[in-house]
Amino acid sequence: MAGGLTYTATESTAFSTAEIYGKALCELGEKHPEVVALTADLGKSTKIGMFGEKFPDRYFNVGIAEQNMFGMAAGMARAGLVPFLSTFSVFASLRSADQLHTDICYQNVNAKIIATHAGTSFGQAGSTHHAICDMAVARSIPNLTVICPADGLETYNAVHAAYDNFGPYYIRINRGFDRVLYETSDYGFEVGKAVTINEGSDITIIACGSCVFQAYQAAKFLEVNDGLKVRVLNMHTIKPIDKEAIIKAVMETRRIITAEDHNILGGLGSAVAEVIVEAGKGCAFKQLGIPDKFAPIGLHEDIMSTLGIDQNGIIAAVREVMGKDFELDDDWDDEA
Amino acid sequence: MALTKQEWLELEKQANELRKLCLDTTYWAGSAHIGGGMSVMDMLTILYYKYMKYDVANPQWEDRDRFILSKGHAGVALASLVCHLGFDDKEKLKTFNLSNSTMGIHLDSNKVKGIDASTGSLGHGLSIALGTALAAKVLGKDYMTYCILGDGECDEGSNWEAGMAAAHFKADNLIAFVDRNKCMIDGPTEEVMKLEPLADKWRSFGFEVIEVDGHNMNALSEAIDAALAVKEKPVMIIADTIKGAGVDYMEGDYKWHYGALNEEKYELAKASLEKYYAARVARAEKEGI
Repeated sequence: MAGGLTYTATESTAFSTAEIYGKALCELGEKHPEVVALTADLGKSTKIGMFGEKFPDRYFNVGIAEQNMFGMAAGMARAGLVPFLSTFSVFASLRSADQLHTDICYQNVNAKIIATHAGTSFGQAGSTHHAICDMAVARSIPNLTVICPADGLETYNAVHAAYDNFGPYYIRINRGFDRVLYETSDYGFEVGKAVTINEGSDITIIACGSCVFQAYQAAKFLEVNDGLKVRVLNMHTIKPIDKEAIIKAVMETRRIITAEDHNILGGLGSAVAEVIVEAGKGCAFKQLGIPDKFAPIGLHEDIMSTLGIDQNGIIAAVREVMGKDFELDDDWDDEA
Repeated sequence: MALTKQEWLELEKQANELRKLCLDTTYWAGSAHIGGGMSVMDMLTILYYKYMKYDVANPQWEDRDRFILSKGHAGVALASLVCHLGFDDKEKLKTFNLSNSTMGIHLDSNKVKGIDASTGSLGHGLSIALGTALAAKVLGKDYMTYCILGDGECDEGSNWEAGMAAAHFKADNLIAFVDRNKCMIDGPTEEVMKLEPLADKWRSFGFEVIEVDGHNMNALSEAIDAALAVKEKPVMIIADTIKGAGVDYMEGDYKWHYGALNEEKYELAKASLEKYYAARVARAEKEGI
């Protein structure tokens, strides 16, 4: 298990996801003097400020200047430090995209971006603060590992994994409290390996971030009410994507739904679709997410409901896809 | 401190070799950013031949001084330098800009030995240099970080983010230069986007600003000595330079930001560089002590 410490469900409900990140980063800072932290006037909001309180000499608040923060982090990493950077996902992926692309990823330095307020989790702030294309940007930059954890404990694991593995990481976490998916952090988190949350053979929901809990709830509901066995994959790592788990799901369930708090263009759904198309295996497929438009203003849960990426929306999508026809290969039996 | 005549002449000799190598590389490549390469060459020469500590056999030596060429398009000059010093193979200059070469217009720090940062997108270098400088303080190291910006590059807002932060964090182990050749791709800097009063701008951001003739080795040496003595704040040396310095038909002409050389132009440039070197030596002989 990453970090050698098990957090419990009690702790994960007592702390927001960002607070768990802050605690994980402080643990890393305690053990590793080369860990430094940078933020752009969002120390409090992203909780990276917790590191600053413990290690003021290794904490750099650069003011509201994201481009400079990313460049500085690249220079620090080149000199042997392990910088963690935090700002909101929308700024981390867009305002400083050139520095992320060139200074951090092209140079392939050991910098870790923990981007908070992912997707529509800062719903009331509106589209200026929604990160609807950050995974699309991050996923298409070489050398960058992209992770979208499902809850606080998975964030804890992802942050430790980012330290344990060399190279640039982009981890997007939500604002506030995530619904608790994991009761302990020792469930076997591994970068690039999907976690099966629910076994099933009728259909597979591949989800990331806040949609994983919703998919799990939907699966439980559908089992009781529709008699469906719904597989749920927590695809926490968007890049490198777990191709094996996707192809296995296609071969064994033949019906796939993806769910993400992100534009349906370029994120998890696109990544899964690319794998399926290349594999050349027929299946019914539906993407849930933000349908290439700016999301409404509101509470996160209300936006998720409006977008159909909550439990109810996922249930409706499963029922739709269960009734969908698709072309079977002639040698269906051979393939399975 | 002023250079001795012998030091000055030695620096002139190296700068001349480097200008010739930069010209040759441009000729082998067919074209390159020779104008900005020539304007920056004296600064590169004095930094690497007088001030910086490094180990050619161990380019990643952790205590080395760092150099970030923020105006990454002058890679043709820096490539000539790192090859001349022996970091990387001089033969590779003959492949500069060619398909599958490890050396393109903008140098890749993971492919070319002796390069501390991959630059090219403008307005990035000062931030990287600041990160490198602050890392020295965290790690308890005493290396210096040097950075050269283009003047046109100063249009990029990110430089001013970096400048504000460099002063805020009291990065006195960072010495930056502006290669003030007064030209950018589309024309003279003051016509495309007014920079003046540039020294006042950097000063108001908290830098110690030193203005110097960027083609006078002795003046550059005095400026860098003064910069090294500054405490508690970063230094910006604004070096007054000439685009295409040493090649008479390029000098001061913004159109030589990027240019192609045929044999005739190459020969004319070589002859011009000889004359330029003779004049530079004469000055060192006369003014050196």
